[in-house]
Amino acid sequence: MGEEEKRDKEAATKLAELLGLLDLKGKGEITLEDVELQVSELILQSSSLAPTMLKGIKPKVALAPPKVKPSTILEAPFKPSAQEYPGQVRELTLGATKGEGGSRGKTVTVGGATSPAFYLFEKAPTHPPVIAVDVFDMEVRLPKAIKEHVEEVWNDTAAWAKMVVDKWGADVVSVHLLSTDPLIKDAKAREAAKTIENVLQAVDVPLIIGGCGDPKKDAAVFTKVAEVAEGERVLLSSVTLDMGDAGVLDDVAKTAAKYGQPVLAFTALDLNRAKELNRKLYDHVPQENVLMDLTTAALGYGLEYSFTIHERARLAALMGDSELQHPVLAGTTNAWAAREAFLKLGPEWEPREIRGPLWETITALTLLLAGVDVFMMMHPDAIRTMKKLVDVFMRRGEAKPEKIASWVNARI
Amino acid sequence: MTEREIKKSVRTLSPIDAYMLLPRTNCKKCGEPNCMAFAAKLVNREVLVDACSPLLEKEYEDKYNKLKELLAPPIKEVTIGTGENAVKIGGKLVMYRHEFTYHNPVALAFDVTDEMPSRSKFEGEEALLDRIKKIEGFSYEYIGRNLKLDMIAIRSTSNDPTTFKSAVGTVVEATQMPLILCSLDPNVMEAGLVAASGRRPLIYAATKDNWKEMADLALMYDCPLAVFAPNDIVFLRSLARTLIEYGVKDLVLDPGTFSDDGLSDTVNNFTIIRRSACREGDALFGFPLIGTPITSWLNGEESKNILAWKETIAAATLISRYADVLIMHSLYGWSQLPTAILKFNIYTDPRKPVSVDPGLYSFGKPDDMSPLMLTTNYALTYFTVESDLKKFGGNYYLIVADTEGISVESAVAGRYLTAEKIAEAVKNSGIAEKIKHKHLIVPGMAARLSGETEDELKSAGLSGWHVMVGPRDSSGIAKFLEEKWPPKEEE
Repeated sequence: MGEEEKRDKEAATKLAELLGLLDLKGKGEITLEDVELQVSELILQSSSLAPTMLKGIKPKVALAPPKVKPSTILEAPFKPSAQEYPGQVRELTLGATKGEGGSRGKTVTVGGATSPAFYLFEKAPTHPPVIAVDVFDMEVRLPKAIKEHVEEVWNDTAAWAKMVVDKWGADVVSVHLLSTDPLIKDAKAREAAKTIENVLQAVDVPLIIGGCGDPKKDAAVFTKVAEVAEGERVLLSSVTLDMGDAGVLDDVAKTAAKYGQPVLAFTALDLNRAKELNRKLYDHVPQENVLMDLTTAALGYGLEYSFTIHERARLAALMGDSELQHPVLAGTTNAWAAREAFLKLGPEWEPREIRGPLWETITALTLLLAGVDVFMMMHPDAIRTMKKLVDVFMRRGEAKPEKIASWVNARI
Repeated sequence: MTEREIKKSVRTLSPIDAYMLLPRTNCKKCGEPNCMAFAAKLVNREVLVDACSPLLEKEYEDKYNKLKELLAPPIKEVTIGTGENAVKIGGKLVMYRHEFTYHNPVALAFDVTDEMPSRSKFEGEEALLDRIKKIEGFSYEYIGRNLKLDMIAIRSTSNDPTTFKSAVGTVVEATQMPLILCSLDPNVMEAGLVAASGRRPLIYAATKDNWKEMADLALMYDCPLAVFAPNDIVFLRSLARTLIEYGVKDLVLDPGTFSDDGLSDTVNNFTIIRRSACREGDALFGFPLIGTPITSWLNGEESKNILAWKETIAAATLISRYADVLIMHSLYGWSQLPTAILKFNIYTDPRKPVSVDPGLYSFGKPDDMSPLMLTTNYALTYFTVESDLKKFGGNYYLIVADTEGISVESAVAGRYLTAEKIAEAVKNSGIAEKIKHKHLIVPGMAARLSGETEDELKSAGLSGWHVMVGPRDSSGIAKFLEEKWPPKEEE
């Protein structure tokens, strides 16, 4: 504690002591302010206090009027107050149409929030959150509940992408270039670029380009993909502080900027590091081209950390922290890492074919309410539910009180 | 008192505020070195006011009351039930969990009706006693905790006082769980209250039509009272004011739970109410909130699985958006498990660290031939492995590698767990001097690091070590060891 601070504290203590003394002196006299009696609403009942008062003994303490039980509803006017937020989340567009230098039939714009998620009583959300569906460039180990939905297409990335757009209504396709992992197939950057070109041909929605996680390899792959997809505004997922340690972050950022691609800035549940990474990116990438991934943990395996970091990030952004005023993405497919999503747990918990997608849905829903703008998802039922929920949360005024008024005695 | 008396929020409450109301004698009777230290703990909610015994004396009565008022949460704590079976709801200090922590986990109540037969008379008929058994019997082992359900809500579908009284009597005899009595008819409610006397159930509910009679019952039977005003928070607030003036102290507010298209209104209503209480000190809204995801079941034409799915969606929404108690219907394990776990997650103290200390951990009494395993230092990963190992019994060594609090799968993908890191962790643990074998079991999720890890171990001076790929989930460790341990010599 600094000297000055200490003196302030001491002064505060003295002052408080003094006030305490005054308080004691004034004890017994309570002044009632702002008390309005609506006599028409009161029914006077005989009260034990009444005789005392009638005898004309002036009470030392000015007592509140005797409690009288109301016989009609006492109105308590209320208008929810709308808070003003000095900050706004930046808007970011994924994909670009022909006129914009790309070849997409549809683009999506996310972000722009001016109040916490779905506080419709304050402000209508600027853009609805969107769903990106995951596809892979090779056969991967998938939970049974998902596998049965993608088995027919999982040897053909483009066909897989087309299916999730046509059948599942994916707003965005997230292509994971897992085969580029040096520890898996170590596929070359140019092979990855070829895959992306095929997917760009097959679908007309925006793409997310998912790397393998190896900083140097991802840098090479992103460089090549950014070049072949010039102008398409594909999201490079993801750029990390590890890339900085590996000495490739600046190059990746420059490449992204050169070819007009937005980047996904990934950090592990740490807002200071998220800000640090963003600052590094600002050196090369336009600030409007940065999306954040603050880490998504599964329901049961740390979802509360993700929930809270998203609430904190969004509130900080709205309160004016410019380095956090970016839309956010959540890899909700991570829900399937929870054993409760994929394991057989015994007869009372089955069927896991429902439990699994519900697990993914609840993970996503919880983060939807914390302000996430883009979701990476995998199971068709979870995707369908989330699309419906986003639609529901964007509107207000659909509640039908008469429908639930007598739920108490409903036979269900 | 003005209607919107502003209370100092938890975040702005300083120890000095509490200190000024203490005796300031530094008597140490509370176990703290001085009054200031005690005050710091008070505002941090680590001790209760009553731990200061001098303050309970007559001369400090005024200060004691002021201190209680100072520390009172913006959301009143309401007790349902009595004695050790009581459940406390509300008592929330903050709107967002990161501002402090959430107190009193949302209570999960499940319904029975007064028209259920006590015992089933034909195959497939759901009986009251079976359902109670099911609610009481719900149990799930999760990171060393046993997750349970909390309450029973008895609904009168008969609207008949005698029938309700008899059903409540049956439930009271069958279980000690706290109860919610549900009927909008005061005569039916009173019959139920008679049968549940001494159990302090929550009365559900006072409405615009019955509030006076319900208030009389709440006062007469000394029970908390739910207030139901579907989608009309202005009226809900007026009703709350009226009931408070009437003398009812413990209210629980219900602005209505609408599933499907009405879920947005539900969330907005809950949010407006909670914010008004926490941010603006609105005393009339400063009560626990009750949600009723069970209303999802009013869409009877849909399949049961779909209705249960929707109920879970509504429940999960309200767990992160401010409900303090929920009434639900579905007892399917698949629909209740996510709710129970989400509750546990959201109510975990956010001040608790995300990671555990890296290093060597022992389970049971490991000797020089006990299995050696490795995991990451993400708290949830560690506690999952720990709880599985304890469940199996037996003796093990576990090396916890420092992955900056990241789980195995993410740590491998993000290079927080590498062959080099594993080798370093093994070396630093000093395990080589404690065991005779040279086998390290790595998580299945880190399988692709196994070859490289053997090389790295060698470079770290641990030659001849073998890496075994364990199960992808620690629940499979027992089976894995049964098949693969002890390892064959040539391996």
